[in-house]
Amino acid sequence: MSEKKNERVGVYVCHCGSNIAGVVDVVDVANWAAEKLGHQGVVIAREYRFMCSSPGQELIEKDIKELGLTRIVVAACSPHLHEKTFRTAAKNAGLNPYLVELASIREQVSWVHTDKAVATEKAKAVVAGAVSRVIENAPLEEIKVPINPNTLVVGGGIAGIQAALEIANAGFHVYLVEREPSIGGHMAQFDKTFPTLDCAACILTPRMVEAGTHPNITLLTWSDVEKVTGYVGNFNVTIRKKARFIKEADCTGCGICQEKCPKKVIDEVYEAGLGYRKAVYTPFAQAVPNFPVMDKENCTYFIKGTCKACEKFCPTGAIDFKQEDQLINVDVGNIILATGYDLFDARRVSNYGYGRLPNVFTSLEFERLSNSAGPTGGHIVLRDGKTTPKSVGIIHCVGSRDKNFNNYCSVICCMQGLKFAHLVHEHTGATVYNFYIDMRTAYKGYDEFYQRILEEGNLFVRGKVAEVTDAARGEREKGKLIIQVEDTLAGKQRRIPVDMVILSSGLQPRSDAKEVGKMFGISCSTDGWFTEKHPKLDPVATMTEGIYIAGCAQGPKDIPSSVAQGAAASARVLDKILQREVILEPIKATVDKDKCSGCRICNGLCPYSAIAFLADDNVSEINPALCQGCGTCVAACPAGAISGTGFSDEQIMAQIDGLLLRNIEAVEA
Amino acid sequence: MTADVKPKFAMYWAASCGGCEIAVLNTHEKILDVDANFEVVFWPVAMDAKYKDVEAMEDGSILLTLFNGGIRTDENEHIAKLLRQKSKILVAFGSCACEGCIPGLANLSPVGEIVHTAYNTITTDNPHEIYPRTSFDVPEGELHIPKLEQILRPIDQVVDVDYYMPGCPPESHQIAAVIDLVIKVIHGEAQLPPKGTVIGVGNSTVCDECQRVRNVKLIKAFKRIQDIAPVDPTLCILEQGIPCNGPATRSGCNARCPSAGAQCIGCYGPAEGVIDYGARLITAFASVIDAKEPAEIEKILDGIPDPTGQVYRFSLPGSLMKAAKSAWVKE
Amino acid sequence: MTEKFEPTIIGFTCNWCSYRAADLAGTSRMKYAPNVRLIRMMCSGRLDPTFVLRALSSGADGVMITGCHPGDCHYMEQNYKALRRYLLLKRVLKGMGIEPERVKLVWASAAEGARFASETTLFVEEIRRLGPLNWGKPIEKLEDLQEEISKMEEVPA
Repeated sequence: MSEKKNERVGVYVCHCGSNIAGVVDVVDVANWAAEKLGHQGVVIAREYRFMCSSPGQELIEKDIKELGLTRIVVAACSPHLHEKTFRTAAKNAGLNPYLVELASIREQVSWVHTDKAVATEKAKAVVAGAVSRVIENAPLEEIKVPINPNTLVVGGGIAGIQAALEIANAGFHVYLVEREPSIGGHMAQFDKTFPTLDCAACILTPRMVEAGTHPNITLLTWSDVEKVTGYVGNFNVTIRKKARFIKEADCTGCGICQEKCPKKVIDEVYEAGLGYRKAVYTPFAQAVPNFPVMDKENCTYFIKGTCKACEKFCPTGAIDFKQEDQLINVDVGNIILATGYDLFDARRVSNYGYGRLPNVFTSLEFERLSNSAGPTGGHIVLRDGKTTPKSVGIIHCVGSRDKNFNNYCSVICCMQGLKFAHLVHEHTGATVYNFYIDMRTAYKGYDEFYQRILEEGNLFVRGKVAEVTDAARGEREKGKLIIQVEDTLAGKQRRIPVDMVILSSGLQPRSDAKEVGKMFGISCSTDGWFTEKHPKLDPVATMTEGIYIAGCAQGPKDIPSSVAQGAAASARVLDKILQREVILEPIKATVDKDKCSGCRICNGLCPYSAIAFLADDNVSEINPALCQGCGTCVAACPAGAISGTGFSDEQIMAQIDGLLLRNIEAVEA
Repeated sequence: MTADVKPKFAMYWAASCGGCEIAVLNTHEKILDVDANFEVVFWPVAMDAKYKDVEAMEDGSILLTLFNGGIRTDENEHIAKLLRQKSKILVAFGSCACEGCIPGLANLSPVGEIVHTAYNTITTDNPHEIYPRTSFDVPEGELHIPKLEQILRPIDQVVDVDYYMPGCPPESHQIAAVIDLVIKVIHGEAQLPPKGTVIGVGNSTVCDECQRVRNVKLIKAFKRIQDIAPVDPTLCILEQGIPCNGPATRSGCNARCPSAGAQCIGCYGPAEGVIDYGARLITAFASVIDAKEPAEIEKILDGIPDPTGQVYRFSLPGSLMKAAKSAWVKE
Repeated sequence: MTEKFEPTIIGFTCNWCSYRAADLAGTSRMKYAPNVRLIRMMCSGRLDPTFVLRALSSGADGVMITGCHPGDCHYMEQNYKALRRYLLLKRVLKGMGIEPERVKLVWASAAEGARFASETTLFVEEIRRLGPLNWGKPIEKLEDLQEEISKMEEVPA
């Protein structure tokens, strides 16, 4: 091991009230540390009720100054909570903050073990491990890198738009990338929004226009992010701007091309498959930007080489069949992912008959029916396009709260189901049944909305629908859709015949969320939503510095929450931009060029491409700016030529010895 | 020491093969420099001196002792301690002394098995199953032969060692260089390196001296050298799928084996500062495997039929675990 | 043995997933066996086989290595590197007569506190069943080789 070091170590054992002291004999641990680890360098060992409090921290600061302490061990809660606190305390007293180690005796001892004697002995071993380790710590300096003030926002839904506007209004530039031809996201498809029943388009479009015309926002629609390299403050992003086959500089948005195009295509995206669009189209009237897009797969010219009606009629000559995809490279300092959600595919719940029984509709399909700008002009009609339903069943929790599909609650479906009830009632006067398990109407105005719907005379059945069928039993059910459900409040099975069934389908992560996450270097939870840094205290940050998440990409939520998260993410980004430089943890790997043999075994191990081979010198080299400090190359080098700060071999070996009580004064068996 | 009294030199072989002695002689004319500059007081292979002669010497009176071989018997241990007492500078000479080397592979078996096998080979005629006894009464008194120790140890687990010179054997040109250095030191023209230094070696590992071309390594299969013969003479041997220990092995031999078309087997031991040689090879081979699924990885690993031997051929006693469980863990 | 054998196990965790899983087990007050002492590294890819060997030769009866699930590593793919090292290390340990079950690799995400707790307890029981490793007893000089040979039959091959 390394040569004898003469460090002066202070050990501080926290009671944490009774959280630790209730199980671990903290006085015993402190005394033990002073006695048994004295020969290693422990000069003082104290115990105190709340080490993280001001007096607690002052204890440390005082001891550093008066006792000349060179290393600190705080045996308390998880380092994820207070490592920074104690590092700052050390810094204030003039000690390098990286010479502090936290030993977790709460989350990993007092909270998880019941036998007090055993827990105390384990706490001692944990402290011994930390003392041995901290002696091997080296003083480190934080690394500062400048921040590029530009920001990339991926996803032009309500969360992305909010984030982009906040940053742009603060005076910084934003690249807003959206994969569809227009920004607006799912919200642009909705009719009315709960609980206020505002028209979605009315409240959304002003924002869309603002984003589309803002001098600080570069809108890149019909575009995808292809590659991301770099690190916080210095990302380089490659964006593929797909060919619209329209010259944006010449297009006035007059719409003649769409009008004249003879090719009709079913609109699977915006109209949820209920309506048509043309081969050259803008997705909806208020699209931002208002340039159409040509659907290459369905355009007669691209298929057969004929037609070109759009080109003939375009008054400004803006059609360009030869247009190519453009690859755009941008440098940004921070990235916000607001990529939204996919709707749960209701065909998977085969007993509800969606896709098989014509008059079973999904929530998005219903939004399009109800929307006055939709394919039926706002008339709620059956699949035949004509018949108004006299009775409608709305089923909640489709694909959600279901171990067979998605275990989680999709948050918005109850409110959505109630909204549908109201709209159906309002448009058609039909009898409406809502089939629910629980009514989740938690936020501002939500429960009041529920009460209103109750008072409107809609009918509620508490029970998970077993089946939607057209197999009629008797005259009453002929030609209807029959909902088979256990009415748990009435305590009996019911068969309820309706004309139309609306499935309040759940939300799920985008089908490519994992790939997108990988591209940006963030991970997804087991359900597939992007993982936030901390579920309560840091919902918009991720484990990767500089990458933020907002909106449904982080998990199902309603519009106010999406907006709030978009704003929160932008605040985090602005905070970084205004600091001008970002501070990186000095956990990096370095190659000792004298020891390196140029075997190149490390070269293939770095996902950040931080390791380069210098052929002239026959050695490998690590770029500290790209190195993320994972330590894989440190562990892999066969010559032991790569060392890592923060989690060095010496530190870990020492901790192993300490945890196994190898260096205790008294003889260990 | 005055000009008339030459400093004393000793070389001893414990559990070894004799190759290191040959390597010293293989320095050719350099051996005359040894003779010119030293008084050789104890060297069992080359001259007749007895243990009692060594016992009679003053403590620290031998300037330089090259101790070769591992500590396998109590006699080895006794002489190691004796020579340490009588020597100023004790060098663990050769891989056996440094880390155990080939005799150290006996640490994979319990002693009973070793003795049983040795006395029951296919070519041994031992119908009455006679095994040696460590003491035996004869009319003249009690006869003793050295006792086997439970496991073989490198010398630094028994006595304090000043310098290490690895290799199986150490390359003669390196031995010559060390002899030159010591002679210079005697004449006050050079300084000894710090105690504990590994001498006769380069700063890095074998790849540093190997002339073959190296690329980013992605191995889909490990093979034996005879399976891919002829070996491409210009390309890294590991990249051709042959487990070459070069990346983890101390440089100094001029990449002798890879230059000759064979994989390095690791006789020069670990690189500077490395605690466990085998661990470095485990991580090196694992790092170049081009597979993610456990089943695929296991299949590729099947191409190294004896992983323990592959990574610990020379260094088992000097490793962290030192021996197999059966050799020394007593219930 | 009159007293129940209490194994001592060293656990290596990664800062992003498995250490947080251990923390979550703590915050949720889940109870598990107290025999594991944890070391935090940034990533399971940091796991040097030397650490495992050091632990086993220094008094640990078993070693637990934990990290993010494959595909979820905070540093993209480094847990695969840990996996490969682990598989080769187990083979080498087997060649030295050490039961491969003494070293276990567990993937646990930051949300899987319960899994961390249950896997830990399971592993402790496994090591208890295997018995103490008892590495590194002092060397003996063997007087009676005949006795050593007779022991040979008892020692598993």
